[in-house]
Amino acid sequence: MKLSVDPIACRGHGLCADLLPELVRLDEWGYPVVAAGPVPPELAAETRRAANACPALALRLRKA
Amino acid sequence: MSILPPHRLDLAGHRRRNGVVPWVAYHGDDGRDRLVEAVEAAGLRGRGGGGFPTAVKLRAARSRRSIVVANGCEGDPLSRKDAALLALSPHLVVDGLQLAAHAIGATETVLCVDTGSPVLPSVTAALAERDDRVPVRIAEIPRRYVASEESALVHFLTSGDARPLGKEPRPAERGVRGRPTLVDNVETLAQLASAVLLGPHHYRAARTDLVTVTGAVRTPGVVELPAGPSLTAVLAAAGGETEPLQAVLVGGYGGTWTTDLRLGLSGIPAVYALPASACGLEYTAKVLAFLAAESARQCGPCMFGLPSIAADFAELVRGGPAVHRLAHRLPLLTGRGACAHPDGAARLAASALRTFGADVTTHQAGGRCRVLEGVA
Ligand code: SF4
Ligand code: SF4
Repeated sequence: MKLSVDPIACRGHGLCADLLPELVRLDEWGYPVVAAGPVPPELAAETRRAANACPALALRLRKA
Repeated sequence: MSILPPHRLDLAGHRRRNGVVPWVAYHGDDGRDRLVEAVEAAGLRGRGGGGFPTAVKLRAARSRRSIVVANGCEGDPLSRKDAALLALSPHLVVDGLQLAAHAIGATETVLCVDTGSPVLPSVTAALAERDDRVPVRIAEIPRRYVASEESALVHFLTSGDARPLGKEPRPAERGVRGRPTLVDNVETLAQLASAVLLGPHHYRAARTDLVTVTGAVRTPGVVELPAGPSLTAVLAAAGGETEPLQAVLVGGYGGTWTTDLRLGLSGIPAVYALPASACGLEYTAKVLAFLAAESARQCGPCMFGLPSIAADFAELVRGGPAVHRLAHRLPLLTGRGACAHPDGAARLAASALRTFGADVTTHQAGGRCRVLEGVA
């Protein structure tokens, strides 16, 4: 699985970085920077939860 | 065959100089296949900056109800090649548009130019002279830097909003009004027509590039040279330097500074020659301020990041310690917008720091540089 952010949909709420600090950090303007590469299997469930929690539905999970 | 004639060609003049499209050779479904194969054999790549193989794009957009969009908008203030082409050889562009339409089975074509563009009369007159199978509509697009981006054009033609839409879906899948859409730069279409008129074999041997040259050259303007010219050749074609150069900006406002004149150019729309008597950091700061103002303000890293790096550069010119902030910020902007606008700005800024490294140091030491002090 691959995690990405739709930059147009994202409102910079920052919730994703709270829920998934292992893969998401925020830049100085509060917008998410997602770790490159596939989502490690042990984080799959957490990642799915974070994607569902994004209020703008901007955090996307795709089959790699 | 050069694609840019010295004077404007009307339909008769165009046919005398460039010939007539051999439509019978491309009749029917096999004909479409042969046409795409010819484009492939010619080795044609997009001239809008992406350099993507045109035949692959044609195949992706094939459908019986697709649309071809010819992109003649020039958002980059350093580029004039598309306007020159539409002013001098509009029929070559429209021949290419019709060929592309035939290749993908399009029932509609749109020729996009900047609102109020001086090429409108030339284009309108050319279309009135022709009797094309697929109708061509002219669309005037708001003059914004990012409006000429592929997804922004599609968005505008669908909804009247010229902001980029993001990378997915590709216009070839869902483009204008949801229809498969081929978006090609007008030079690409002129090159396509030229490849068909000459035949792929001759075209490969004779193909050319258009480059807009500005800055410290004797005859600034659009030049045409054998494909893949060196920077030295491009500057010579514009009459040569008027004074010693410090660096050249290759690729327009989102381009790269270089001092290597042996560099080979391919599909580069514009170069700007910076004289030794000007400050490269100051010029870059101005361009970055322009790019920041042109953000479509949809993506955070672009909306906040570009004004930040523009401010950093302005500070750098004044002698502030912005270099460390830039080293941290620039890598962060790349690949984080829905379009490549922030990537271009970050590329320009990074190349300026590399190319004018010595000037960065003097600015920081004294808040001025050799240029501002008049010692250059
Ligand atoms: S939670 Fe969603 S909207 Fe908020 S910063 Fe993360 S991706 Fe953007
Ligand atoms: S990256 Fe900038 S210009 Fe491109 S869509 Fe996002 S906000 Fe608009």
